[in-house]
Amino acid sequence: MNRSGSVEIDRLIQILARLPGLGPRSARRAVLHMLKKRDSLMAPLAAAITDVAEKVHVCATCGNLDTSEPCAICSDHRRNRSIICIVEEVADLWALERAGSFSGLYHVLGGVLSALDGVTPEDLNIASLIERAGSDEVEEVILATNATVDGQTTAHYITERLKDAGVAVTALAHGVPVGGELDYLDDGTLTAAMRARRPF
Amino acid sequence: MEWSDEAIVLNAERYGEADCILDVMTPAHGRHRGYVKGGMGRRQRANIQPGNEVVISWRARVEDQLGNFTLEPKRARVADLLSSRERLAAFLSVAALLVVAMPEREPHERVYNGLIALLDLLADEEAGLMDYGAGLVRLELGVLGELGFGLDLSACASTGVTEDLVYVSPKTGRAVSRQAGAPYKKKLLALPGFLLGGTGAGVVMQDVTDGLALTGYFLERHMHLSRAEALAHARARFAELFQAESAENPF
Repeated sequence: MNRSGSVEIDRLIQILARLPGLGPRSARRAVLHMLKKRDSLMAPLAAAITDVAEKVHVCATCGNLDTSEPCAICSDHRRNRSIICIVEEVADLWALERAGSFSGLYHVLGGVLSALDGVTPEDLNIASLIERAGSDEVEEVILATNATVDGQTTAHYITERLKDAGVAVTALAHGVPVGGELDYLDDGTLTAAMRARRPF
Repeated sequence: MEWSDEAIVLNAERYGEADCILDVMTPAHGRHRGYVKGGMGRRQRANIQPGNEVVISWRARVEDQLGNFTLEPKRARVADLLSSRERLAAFLSVAALLVVAMPEREPHERVYNGLIALLDLLADEEAGLMDYGAGLVRLELGVLGELGFGLDLSACASTGVTEDLVYVSPKTGRAVSRQAGAPYKKKLLALPGFLLGGTGAGVVMQDVTDGLALTGYFLERHMHLSRAEALAHARARFAELFQAESAENPF
């Protein structure tokens, strides 16, 4: 129960409390903070939310979120159009963009295959990926799905589907993170790193 | 209420933002579910990957509650599976079978031991597709037996002979000899030799295919499962990969 005394404020708290990372208590604090800074924070926030809700769409080509169609990444002709990096979610795309180490195009699957959760290939953006990979300009597809059971199952499935597409299929390496100390790594990561060792 | 046991992780369902409901198979407490606080968080997520071996502690105020799990990693078996699509599919098929078919909180130590044996086989780089394909069929047969739907492969249902058993009756689940089954062979299920004991050496593609068809028939017939589709998907995935791989590299 929020019980601020105002139906409108309670409603706002309830909605904010549904957001990731926020519970009822932190939602109350956020609302109080916004009410204190109504002009400098609340009004711009409301305008920004309205703006994003109205203008942002899912890119029909790659599945990214952007205001333009196709998205800024797909329409950027400076990017290497011969490489497509496959990610599970838009958050993974943003992570790779933050790293700044990849200048090709992306394809967002929208999830991973999971028999127990009832997620089948038809539920993911795999058909459109196969179509994109079949185009003449694409030479390589990078599988950047998570190093989880479902992520790797999806990666294996996509590899099979791309068998006849005539593109090189590569995958992200699994192993020791930069700055990581072996003593603190889990057994699975160490095993994967040992298996993926390379000449040095 | 509190206990501690070793376990193999079968499935993890996200619950809220960072928590999960974990489904595990244990030797003394059977298939068991429990809530893991922070299970989907950065620190725990690697441990709760399906296939991993963990030491689990369950705690609840009363026995009927879902209860809380705390876990310590024992062996990161999932690392043995991720790089091979066939090994991964074989494990996921078994995990789906256990999640869908095994009752909760009933000890089935033989099934647990069978699961460990299959995971050892999947981790063995020397073991080939036929080896763990046959191991998967054996475990499925063991699950059927533990749940009361075991097949009687000791003697021919018609003549009582114990030699040359090559069929199984789809009606009774009992073995049938080559001679007695000859007139009905189109209606009978093939019985691969590796299910009759021995080391399983010399298993060929057709044996594993027959074994999968045999266990698949009885799983479908006896188990009216609420999530049967999930099991069917996982089994079909392994069967498809098995056919493709063994066709490319015939023995």
